[in-house]
Amino acid sequence: MNVGLEHYLVVSAVLFALGLLGVVTRRNILVIYMSLELMLNAANLALVAFSRFNNNLDGQVMVFFIITVAAAEVAVGLALIVALYRRRQTTHVEDLNLLKH
Amino acid sequence: MENAQAYLFYVFAALAVICAIMVVANPFSRSPVTSAMFLVLTMGCLAGLFTLLHAFFLAAVQILVYAGAVMVLFLFVIMLLDLKEEQRRQVKSLSLVAGLVSVGAILAIFVRSLIATKPGEGALANVEGSTSKLGKLLFTQYLLPFEIVSVLLLVAMVGVVLLSKKDLK
Repeated sequence: MNVGLEHYLVVSAVLFALGLLGVVTRRNILVIYMSLELMLNAANLALVAFSRFNNNLDGQVMVFFIITVAAAEVAVGLALIVALYRRRQTTHVEDLNLLKH
Repeated sequence: MENAQAYLFYVFAALAVICAIMVVANPFSRSPVTSAMFLVLTMGCLAGLFTLLHAFFLAAVQILVYAGAVMVLFLFVIMLLDLKEEQRRQVKSLSLVAGLVSVGAILAIFVRSLIATKPGEGALANVEGSTSKLGKLLFTQYLLPFEIVSVLLLVAMVGVVLLSKKDLK
């Protein structure tokens, strides 16, 4: 009944895989963005678990930086999505094929 | 005490995984708003897991920054765009199969390497992620990255203002 490092790492791996699945299969650009956030959070969970079980606080500082960079990334990405929507009236990735032709 | 923590871990872990599944593949609704709400629940469960790992400061930051600021930004943009209910286009079965296969492969690699290396063996859990310790580390050893991140936030802010101008050239 003892919860160890492996338990947390398995949860983190499952969350990461689900996020990757969302990025690969979903077609709405906003949902793809949310799946990206899910993958970042899975990485955060793994870092915090390693930090706790290896007696080292550096992992938690790393998580702090990841959260900050993710906030900046979300702000810029959502601004890009809004600009894209103004021009193309869509958030569907298959309609965004200007560079393809 | 030990048992209660184990039960809490399983509850939070199961809830986080279920909510993550609902974010990616919700069988009832394709609307991005439901995905966003389930993502908020996932963040909450992760904050619970952080608390179980004694990372109290990060649990608070997770709630404040992720569930508070980032997801509110997401919902704000979703409402702003006034999306119609996403019509069900048939997902190309080839891309679905390719996605499932690649994700399964990555998951298998993760789990197999976990089983092979056993990273938790003999590890003692005794780190406390208290605010004072984290702050001390952040303002001594990690001072330069901290300042760089603040510049990054400033650049992101300027970029967002520029990007949301009406006549984007």
